Amino acid sequence: MNLHEYQAKQLFRDYGIAVSDGIAVSSPDGAEKIALSLNVDKWVVKAQVHAGGRGKAGGVEVVDNIEKVRSFAERWLGQNLVTFQTDEKGQPVNEILIETCTDIDKELYLGAVIDRASQRLVVMASTEGGVNIEEVAEKTPEKIYKAAIDPIEGPNENQANDLARSLELDDTQSSQFRVIFDGLVKLFIEKDLSLVEVNPLVITKSGDLICLDAKINVDSNALYRQQEIETLRDPSQEDPREARAAEWDLSYVALDGNIGCMVNGAGLAMGTMDIIKLHGGEPANFLDVGGTADSKRVAEAFKIILSDESVNAVLINIFGGIVRCDVIADGIVEALTEMGVSVPVVVRLEGNSAQKGLEILDASPLNIISASNLEEAARLAVQASKGEI
Amino acid sequence: MSILINKDTKVICQGFTGGQATQHCIQCIEYGTQLVGGVTPGKGGQTHLGLPVFNTVKEAVDQTKATASIIFVPARFCKASILEAAEAGVSLIVCITEGIPTIDMLEVKLICDNLDIRLIGPNCPGIITPGEAKMGIMPADIHLPGKVGIISRSGTLTYEAVKQTTDLGFGQTSCIGIGGDPIPGTSFIDVLDLFEKDNSTEAIVMVGEIGGTAEESAAEFIKSNVTKPVVSYIAGVTAPSGKRMGHAGAIIAGGKGTAADKFKALELAGVHTVKSPADIGKGIAEITGW
Repeated sequence: MNLHEYQAKQLFRDYGIAVSDGIAVSSPDGAEKIALSLNVDKWVVKAQVHAGGRGKAGGVEVVDNIEKVRSFAERWLGQNLVTFQTDEKGQPVNEILIETCTDIDKELYLGAVIDRASQRLVVMASTEGGVNIEEVAEKTPEKIYKAAIDPIEGPNENQANDLARSLELDDTQSSQFRVIFDGLVKLFIEKDLSLVEVNPLVITKSGDLICLDAKINVDSNALYRQQEIETLRDPSQEDPREARAAEWDLSYVALDGNIGCMVNGAGLAMGTMDIIKLHGGEPANFLDVGGTADSKRVAEAFKIILSDESVNAVLINIFGGIVRCDVIADGIVEALTEMGVSVPVVVRLEGNSAQKGLEILDASPLNIISASNLEEAARLAVQASKGEI
Repeated sequence: MSILINKDTKVICQGFTGGQATQHCIQCIEYGTQLVGGVTPGKGGQTHLGLPVFNTVKEAVDQTKATASIIFVPARFCKASILEAAEAGVSLIVCITEGIPTIDMLEVKLICDNLDIRLIGPNCPGIITPGEAKMGIMPADIHLPGKVGIISRSGTLTYEAVKQTTDLGFGQTSCIGIGGDPIPGTSFIDVLDLFEKDNSTEAIVMVGEIGGTAEESAAEFIKSNVTKPVVSYIAGVTAPSGKRMGHAGAIIAGGKGTAADKFKALELAGVHTVKSPADIGKGIAEITGW
């Protein structure tokens, strides 16, 4: 789950990590009021969406009078912001963060992530802040400094000091960095985060360290014990189909093709997309119905797949382990009957209760094309999508 | 021969009396697994599936001499359950449960490593030695005792590889799903090493997927340590990039993690790769001449 910048910055404040003064607003009047209350003559106004690249897209501005604060708010609130990280529709702007402006001397980078390879929480810092950090990582990996945190012992003081030295900080900045480092690690662990990025972390003209941006991803598996964080969820930023799928414990990702896919297991779901492509077709989505699918969830999965208007054929590929194929078959029949589906549906059932499942499909009056293996299923689905069967 | 479990392995189940656990334990017993008891706190002294229920893993291990535990408890209790099993002295833990917070796994993995305990999973289908025993949720009847060792990050793709090697008559020595989580208890390398040392395993199937660099590390390992033929498929060539992986994940890997990178690393290591999940069995036939 992603957080907005203003939500991430509030968490930063709670953990003693330095950020600019600022408040998010949802109306032009509010923007004006908050800007005045900050008691400065220069502001940074930032559209709040779950996507990077806002600056280049016009969603971040430095303004020096109150009319411009208001007009920025009027321009963006209720509109969609399109950046290189969004799709062509963009993300809706429902809030704007009004902040005091910081005079920047130098831009740095700070991030934290779970590193799969070392199986540690790793804090990363770089002198190359404010730019595309992926590029820095690829071209000059030696400019990214890392500290791996021991999961039992926690961070030690040397780690923050080492990073501070690599960032060429002076004594005052180094002690400020230690506070930020400790706060960041504590925040990451206590709030079950999966990613924090501060790009840029800046040294101000007066020589202080402050976080100008804040990006936080939360480990969705941990939301059961992070109820406060869960209240920060903003459904308006999520793909409506993905959000609806999540409500039903289905994992769905929209793609550009026309063959709808319903599969059990994430690996097989990706494998099904791959084999469709190998046969000259284009998958319309990734959908994992999960290990405990019942007929209601299968029906819901169908509705989500078919709500994508470009879908003109559906491939259902189930290899029953935990999930029983007869249960899936009941769900398929129920959904197709209820919805009056007109697109061809290719079904491949294998594993747990597959025979029973096939009997259920055969006994129904619906037009279902059954396939006896994965290869055949993909071939038939691609043919169906091209109107060849 | 086989790896990790066989017909003599004494197994207990944590979360024994739950619905999923019960359903799968029945199937494990029917398959031949020596399930000797289970643990459900507060239900100690009862009998379930004709086997004793204990309050703690310690009691279960003391009284049944079990050396392995399969875990079905809900995600929020998994950290405690795995650590309880680790400290009670079992040497093999299989955790089926999906959805364990990653922060929990960092600590769990380190403790299991320190105690030299083999943890399979979490979020995995488990392990099976065909014809002998299974600790997991895989459909048993697709397996055939034989000579291919199978290792996979994905449950259902494991079944796919199993079915194809069964249909061609090759069969399997052991099949292990290491699970799809970012911090798995057991890595590809751990299992490749076991298969390399297992006399009856003549060829290996390794099924990977996008994300992380476990396949690249495995490729390095194969190049210098594995003499047996390896066939590999990586799922997710068509997956959109950046959809699931955050920026910093890509940073740490230096831009790695794509299926194309993984295929390339494996091919450079001499692994026979297949681009379709339907060609895994065929790949084994081609590389071995069987």
